[in-house]
Amino acid sequence: MAMKVYGDGMSACVARVLLCLHEKETEFELVPVDLFACHHKLPSFLSMNPFGQVPVLQDDDLTLFESRAITAYIAEKHKDKGTDLTRHADAKEAAIVKLWSEVESHHFNPAISAVIHQLIVVPLQGQTPDAAIVEENLEKLGKVLDVYEERLGKTKYLTGDSYTLADLHHVPYTYYFMKTSHAGLINDRPNVKAWWEDLCSRPAFLKVSPGLTVAPVTN
Amino acid sequence: MSSIILRGRLLPPLPIKLHLHPSPSHSHSNLKFTSKSSPSPPTITMASIKVHGVPMSTATMRVLAALYEKELDFELIPVDMRAGAHKQEPFVSLNPFGQIPALEDGDLTLFESRAISEYIADEYSEKGEKLLCPGCKKVKALIKVWLQVEGQQFDPIASKIAFERVFKGMFGMTTDPAAVQELEGKLVKVLDIYEARLEKSEFLACDCFTLADLNHLPVIHYLMGTDSKALFESRPKVSEWVKKITARPAWAKVVDLQKQ
Repeated sequence: MAMKVYGDGMSACVARVLLCLHEKETEFELVPVDLFACHHKLPSFLSMNPFGQVPVLQDDDLTLFESRAITAYIAEKHKDKGTDLTRHADAKEAAIVKLWSEVESHHFNPAISAVIHQLIVVPLQGQTPDAAIVEENLEKLGKVLDVYEERLGKTKYLTGDSYTLADLHHVPYTYYFMKTSHAGLINDRPNVKAWWEDLCSRPAFLKVSPGLTVAPVTN
Repeated sequence: MSSIILRGRLLPPLPIKLHLHPSPSHSHSNLKFTSKSSPSPPTITMASIKVHGVPMSTATMRVLAALYEKELDFELIPVDMRAGAHKQEPFVSLNPFGQIPALEDGDLTLFESRAISEYIADEYSEKGEKLLCPGCKKVKALIKVWLQVEGQQFDPIASKIAFERVFKGMFGMTTDPAAVQELEGKLVKVLDIYEARLEKSEFLACDCFTLADLNHLPVIHYLMGTDSKALFESRPKVSEWVKKITARPAWAKVVDLQKQ
């Protein structure tokens, strides 16, 4: 039976999982969850993810949540097909993939998701973005991207010469970020820009990005 | 500050040669040696695993916990945080984000404590405690989930509370009670989920201690020394879990390092 992903393609965290499924050429069914109607907060959903967040993955009798746990699971289960997202054959390379995945989790994501939250989610809730939060997080993001700029001057992708989960995890929020007026943070760093353009050229990206439909406030 | 690491064992009363090297990585000299408990006298071997960090740091403690659980020899190389050594060369060559810890294992250099602890658990899966339950695919997947829960749901809140209640005081700053209250309001929602989970499972991912539990230890350790401990103690399953994980001998060794 095909894996089921509960969520909506416009959610960055859901898109993270969809990208992984496409890279792994794995069939799946996307089961819509109406986020605007808060179906992800209903008891039926909470029984799958007590944190009330999309995505959730069901694979036979296994129910998983947390998008980066789901991508790691998919990448491992299907390690012998599609793109090698984890460099599993070499313990050292695999560790470097995990390292840059943690960098995305703890350095990149907190800053970029805070900006996207203010510029996309807050207006959808009928409120005004907090400019101070945006500015503070743009500064943090800039410092992270300075490290990326130097790293990507040495390697084509974050972990080395191959595209891995560490790169993939960055894609959805960066896609949304590039729709804002702050895209210069990426475009003004030549190595980061080249890396981003490469990520956008991948067939899996071209299948998933049409679903990333929410638009930021022009701010 | 110098540290001596001997798989957590006390120094035996036998003559042991010490190598004292001024190291470029920091302003203090290292003590490098390992010893094995065996009938033969201790030999001097170079530990291939080096941890650059300090025992007070939660992220360093996370890595040390994994190393002790795995009964691995390693060397702890102090980093002079007060002098800003972590923001300068040569440390930033190990971690361009300028944060401790960094780990060297032969020619591999890693940073990010959770990547390091997972590497240790994977690479040395045959040694010491099994932190990743290799046999069972379902449990392996659940470990991934609860590793992420610690990193994405628990730590962002809990580490800020630890900063307010514990670390601010160490740096001569004042705790912000409103911030603590707001953060605790968020943490209780997470702990309620943990309480429900631990009704079904002795530890977070399964009925045995895994990396998912281990990664929580450093911040929980600090919070249990503050008034925030009430949030854990008032939830029976969470309280029981905290007692079990903090009672582990490997964790006691990590805490001991802070006293040295």
